[in-house]
Amino acid sequence: MTTFDTTTWTRIEPPARKVKVSIDGEDVIVTEGATVLDACRQAGVDTPTLCYGDTLTPVNACRVCVVEVEGSRALVPACSREAEGGMEISTDSNRVRKSRQLVLELLGSSVNLKLAGMKHWMDRYDADAGRFGPPGEPAGAGERDQAQPGHHHDVDGATAATVTEPPRIDNALYMRDYAKCILCYKCVEACGEDAQNTFAIAVAGRGFEARISTEFAVELPDSACVFCGNCIGVCPTGALMPMTEWTMRQAGTWNEEEQTITRTVCSFCGVGCNLELHVQDNKVVKATSPEDHSVTSGHLCIKGRFGWEHIQSVDD
Amino acid sequence: MDIKFMHAEATDAEKSAVDAVLGAPDSGWDGGDHSRADDRIARLGHDARSRRDELLPALHGLQDRIGWISEGGLNYICRRLTIPPAEAYGVATFYALLSVQERPPIVVHVCDDTACRAAGVMEIIEDLESIAGASGNADGDSMWLTSPCLGQCDKGSAAFIQSAGAPNRVIAPSPATDIVSALAGEIPSTAPSLGAPQAGSAGLQLLRRVGVVDPWDLEDYRFHGGYAALRMAVHMGPAAVLREIKDAEVRGRGGAAFPAGIKWQGAASHPSRTKYIVCNADESETGTFKDRVLMEGDPYAVIEAMTIAGYAVGAEKGYLYIRGEYPVAEELLANAITKARAKGLLGSDVLGSGFAFDVEIRRGAGAYICGEETALFNSIEGYRGEPRSKPPFPTDVGLFGEPTVVNNVETLANVPLILMGGGPGFAASGTGGSNGTKLFCLAGAVEKPGVYEVPFGTTIRELLDLAGGVRGELHAILVGGAAGRFLPISRLDTPLTFEHLRDIKGTLGSGAIMVFNTEADMGAAVRRVAAFFRDESCGQCVPCRVGTVRQEEALARMEAGSDERAVLDDLAMVLRDASICGLGQLAAEAVQSAFELGVLES
Ligand SMILES: Cc1cc2nc3c(=O)[nH]c(=O)nc-3n(C[C@H](O)[C@H](O)[C@H](O)COP(=O)(O)O)c2cc1C
Ligand code: SF4
Ligand code: SF4
Ligand code: SF4
Ligand code: FES
Ligand code: FES
Repeated sequence: MTTFDTTTWTRIEPPARKVKVSIDGEDVIVTEGATVLDACRQAGVDTPTLCYGDTLTPVNACRVCVVEVEGSRALVPACSREAEGGMEISTDSNRVRKSRQLVLELLGSSVNLKLAGMKHWMDRYDADAGRFGPPGEPAGAGERDQAQPGHHHDVDGATAATVTEPPRIDNALYMRDYAKCILCYKCVEACGEDAQNTFAIAVAGRGFEARISTEFAVELPDSACVFCGNCIGVCPTGALMPMTEWTMRQAGTWNEEEQTITRTVCSFCGVGCNLELHVQDNKVVKATSPEDHSVTSGHLCIKGRFGWEHIQSVDD
Repeated sequence: MDIKFMHAEATDAEKSAVDAVLGAPDSGWDGGDHSRADDRIARLGHDARSRRDELLPALHGLQDRIGWISEGGLNYICRRLTIPPAEAYGVATFYALLSVQERPPIVVHVCDDTACRAAGVMEIIEDLESIAGASGNADGDSMWLTSPCLGQCDKGSAAFIQSAGAPNRVIAPSPATDIVSALAGEIPSTAPSLGAPQAGSAGLQLLRRVGVVDPWDLEDYRFHGGYAALRMAVHMGPAAVLREIKDAEVRGRGGAAFPAGIKWQGAASHPSRTKYIVCNADESETGTFKDRVLMEGDPYAVIEAMTIAGYAVGAEKGYLYIRGEYPVAEELLANAITKARAKGLLGSDVLGSGFAFDVEIRRGAGAYICGEETALFNSIEGYRGEPRSKPPFPTDVGLFGEPTVVNNVETLANVPLILMGGGPGFAASGTGGSNGTKLFCLAGAVEKPGVYEVPFGTTIRELLDLAGGVRGELHAILVGGAAGRFLPISRLDTPLTFEHLRDIKGTLGSGAIMVFNTEADMGAAVRRVAAFFRDESCGQCVPCRVGTVRQEEALARMEAGSDERAVLDDLAMVLRDASICGLGQLAAEAVQSAFELGVLES
């Protein structure tokens, strides 16, 4: 049975059973139901992740977190595989390093990872995203939406195909740059069952032509989107971005090092969502919510996420 | 869930195409005419959402009748089934046989896959290009597209015709002139031949009725021994049936060779009250057509076997998931189900025993990945055909989240035989690791291509002899389809069993044996395999989604003289080690084995 301690509103769980696993030869004891990733974290072993999010159902699609488990034919995704008693896990074997290297090379050669925070992992695994040749021609606007499943153009191998296409800017609040999309499904989950229950976007197409899309690729204002921006909040690669940030980045004025973050409570309604106001040059440039905040789990609505312009509109 | 639908309206023709599948709408709430009563009662919620699994049949309804899926048509389906349009669009764009762009009413899919190439299909395609122009040209009243294997490889060429408002058809063999006639709207009414050269010979087990029995006629099936096994099963009781299957030690014929008895036991002993039997008839592995031969030649046997499985496991419902390119088999199976139901061999009281079981056919829509068991569940449930991660395994969490037994058509076809001859007898008939007989699909450069039934342990050489020998001089053999491996032609005396092939780094896979002679363009064949995996990857995981593209690109560079072995080896490793499902894990096997055996050197 779960009860709540009403002074702090934390959940008090009954004592859970523990299981012992070995990570790179060290024993680690974790709560039953914990993932291999939890065990790695507990053991202080740093693990790259992209599609995993603490607040989302794991889809284990990116495969950058794979580890070797004794007795398992293929490698297993740390983020979603449950730790079982007696598991012998290697996180730095040749096979693990090689697979992580290749996954990063495959991603790096097809997607713009500039804002994905993978640089140090690419260095660590000697990943060379250029090894498959120069990047192919970017797709024209809307071209990827027309792909026929099960068919692709002949390839000559002179260039490496990418998902590059022009950024999609169809509203004043946020933009989508799918050239940076690694197809981690996080935005789909946030828009759907894991948070927003709006189901404005889904994965469409198949294989390399799979993409995040609204129905018939209509523009966001024509779709079911309610502009909560929760998809932006979970996107690990910067493919989804508030227009303010995008505009400043384009102008070269976005400077994260100069920004301060102020935690406050959204004043629009009584739910009590905590906000983090990102401030640069004494101006709010973005609002987010902390992932570990018990009210929001990082999710907001259109007002909290985008409704702050009035704060600074006084003298403009 | 508060769903925002699109504004586009369906035409009357689109509505009636969808209603023909889903039945008429109940009210304004699910897409029907709005009446005053609708203002007082809401009828959405769980009831409507629970029909999600009718999405793919409804999409088929539109595609079949109208020839494509318009915004209005999709929107109507979404209203009828309470599905967010973005999700339905995601499903519709997953399948090669569905189109969300307007298309000419006649679309002909022409096989250019590996087995037909080995038999010389590229000449037909060149002819076709010179007469009808390039593939994919959508001007005019018809168009043609290239297609992966259509499961007619014994004919050496094949075409699948989608024609709006008319039944789908297959032509095989498909000389360019026939394809051109089909493009002009002259749709042939005769079905291709079965492809079982041994039909009618003595000593056959799985094929004993194929080509002998009238596949439409239940009485003829019974006359030839049909339904004796079900009668026996009901007499024995579920536990005894299960014991026979376990004693038989019969391994799955769908590729993974997992013991069927263990699978059945797993589902049977699961405490859940709802369980399912799924017959995997997706057969889209290149070079494979044995399940088609069984379904077209002896359809009642598949239904009887599913019923026995349901009885043993305690399932009341079976789904038969058949690939969309098998219209003849689908029609025969639908007929068999109707007739069996009418005779009390399916339904609420099977053979008067109080056991309830029924079978529903679900049609695939052009996606090899939907043969992977968990992708198949998603496809039936109305989601994109993306594999789920395992564990949990289907016997614990399968179709609709319930314990499920998934078996290949051929595996199931063994079930009545096992019951009639006894499990231990069946086990004694094999090599220990591989029991019973096996169907092999011989295609490419052999004199008499087709499905052959032989006991496990028969050598490849004997099988080639059975198929009339190699046409021309033998150069290479690919066993197991696109996901299989080339075998050394010095090992023609290897007995064909699961264990012997494992010993020589091969696999029986689906039982496809593609034979290439010295005239074959092996570089092109291997590149076609690579293109197949790129096309058929579901796109979910990075190693496969991008790795299959890089593999195809590297092979193209190699063709131009560059040394790509290091890149290809690395790709093979990440595909094998880090992909979610068998498609990615096996996507480099044929390519790698081609290098290892020097198949690409002429
Ligand atoms: C990409 C892929 C495609 C598959 N296609 C088929 C298929 O078309 N038919 C089939 O029976 N099994 C297919 N399988 C194997 C199934 O996942 C499953 O193992 C099989 O249906 C189980 O039945 P069996 O135990 O009777 O062999 C496929 C597997 C993969 C990974
Ligand atoms: S902004 Fe909100 S509603 Fe719109 S796509 Fe993103 S998560 Fe969905
Ligand atoms: S847009 Fe961002 S969150 Fe969505 S799938 Fe792409 S990378 Fe993931
Ligand atoms: S291996 Fe390929 S087909 Fe299988 S889940 Fe991954 S992307 Fe999909
Ligand atoms: S983080 Fe584990 S698979 Fe993506
Ligand atoms: S039908 Fe052409 S390869 Fe099978």
